[in-house]
Amino acid sequence: MAGLIGGLMDMDKGKIVIQDLNLWFGTNHVLKDISITIPARAVTAIMGPSGCGKSTLLRCINRMNDLIAETKITGRIIIDGEDICRSQTDVIELRKRVGMVFQKPNPFPKSIFENVAFGIRVHRLAKGADLNLRVEMALKQAHLWNEVKDRLRDNAFSLSGGQQQRLCLARCLAVEPQIILLDEPASALDPHSTARLEELIIRLKKDYTIVIVTHNMQQAARVSDYCAFVMLGELIEFDRTEKVFTNPGDKRTEDFLGGKFG
Amino acid sequence: MFYYLFSNGVNVLSWKFLTQPPSQGMTAGGILPCIIGTVYIAFISLIFSIPVGVLAGIYLAEYAPENLLFRIIRSSIRSLAGIPSIVYGLFGVALLVRGINFGPSVLASGLTLGLMNLPWIVATAEEAIRAIPGSFREGALAIGATKWEAIRHNVLPFAFPGILTGILLALARTMGETAPILFTGVTYFTRELPRTPLHKFMALPYHLFALATQHDQIMKVRPMAFGTALILLIAVLCFDAVAFIIRLRIATANKWQV
Repeated sequence: MAGLIGGLMDMDKGKIVIQDLNLWFGTNHVLKDISITIPARAVTAIMGPSGCGKSTLLRCINRMNDLIAETKITGRIIIDGEDICRSQTDVIELRKRVGMVFQKPNPFPKSIFENVAFGIRVHRLAKGADLNLRVEMALKQAHLWNEVKDRLRDNAFSLSGGQQQRLCLARCLAVEPQIILLDEPASALDPHSTARLEELIIRLKKDYTIVIVTHNMQQAARVSDYCAFVMLGELIEFDRTEKVFTNPGDKRTEDFLGGKFG
Repeated sequence: MFYYLFSNGVNVLSWKFLTQPPSQGMTAGGILPCIIGTVYIAFISLIFSIPVGVLAGIYLAEYAPENLLFRIIRSSIRSLAGIPSIVYGLFGVALLVRGINFGPSVLASGLTLGLMNLPWIVATAEEAIRAIPGSFREGALAIGATKWEAIRHNVLPFAFPGILTGILLALARTMGETAPILFTGVTYFTRELPRTPLHKFMALPYHLFALATQHDQIMKVRPMAFGTALILLIAVLCFDAVAFIIRLRIATANKWQV
């Protein structure tokens, strides 16, 4: 496995390189010696049983764990040659580059337009007509424009769950990130909305590096190019998705995929 | 009780009652100076307690670390909200009237009431802010907003109705309090309206107290006392009602709390 990780680095100059990452919440050792190289412009899925630390791992990449008191992290996460775990890292700038969509759609209780405009305003990327254009572009990218173009002033809570989640994606795309983190984005959605979202994820990967956390292995199989299997805070396996699903290298991965636990 | 007050007090209510000072040894005339005095001190108390209270609430809800020190501070603030108002009155005498030497005045009374309000406003502001779901902050932080931007744009606007309700309830309480102003500036009778904040003043609750118990012709001033009580009660109820309506509207408007 170590060979593969090195190999990936050579062939694709990993977008996100995680080295020997350990994380504790207080005395609870949540992530253990995780090393993984996430390739650019592809979808990488992180799967594993509930509570295995996969969301925590994802939240390391944009430093959202900073919000939790008594978090201790060792190791390195290198994005574009910079170790983002260091305290000097500009977290604001990092989160602009690394966008995130959460498990439960969390639009702001404002208008649809304001939701998307929020990030653009905060980063002073545009205003006036330029702002309108950017909002439109982000909504188009998230395949939401046709559904909302006549009701941009409506409250975002008037949208359906699937639309809200695509709105959250548009909100994140509006600040032009390079990496998008998706934390079980479809777990609160119905099958139809899930299918639309997955289709969207696959389209976005030609421009973005996407990391998606999911406990749904069919979803991982459908959308991802690479797949990491995490259990009890340890990285069990990381490889191309077809390889993991057809010929897993570890008994535990096989058991998980076979539905022995989940 | 309201019916009793209303039936006894409604007869003296008139435009004159609201717009004229008392005359003929308080047996006639109106209560204008008391209304002005009450509005004046309520205004001063809020000028002091709203900015300090709301900022303290924001700090406690968003910035203060969760440790023993702040647990003690939080529970102290809640106990301060329960201290009898007469204690604030005496504190006001010691600190403002004597210590800073404002003398018995609108300023000293207003600030005493402000101190009394303060813990109440801090506590309601803190709770209103805490009631806003963490996902709003997270969503804003995750696209690179600073902590203050997240609070400013995605927490405070939604906490505002809750904070306002707390302020209105505090205001209603302020207007009805007698004890904190008793020693700090209210007066039984003055011919002049308080021209500056350092003058003494008349106020509704104390006027009522004086008419009901301190006057030598109690039967003659009784209608005036009922009228005063009715006005005070109506004013307080108005603020409570506005607060109630706001609360009701948040309950229906808060779609995120489903």
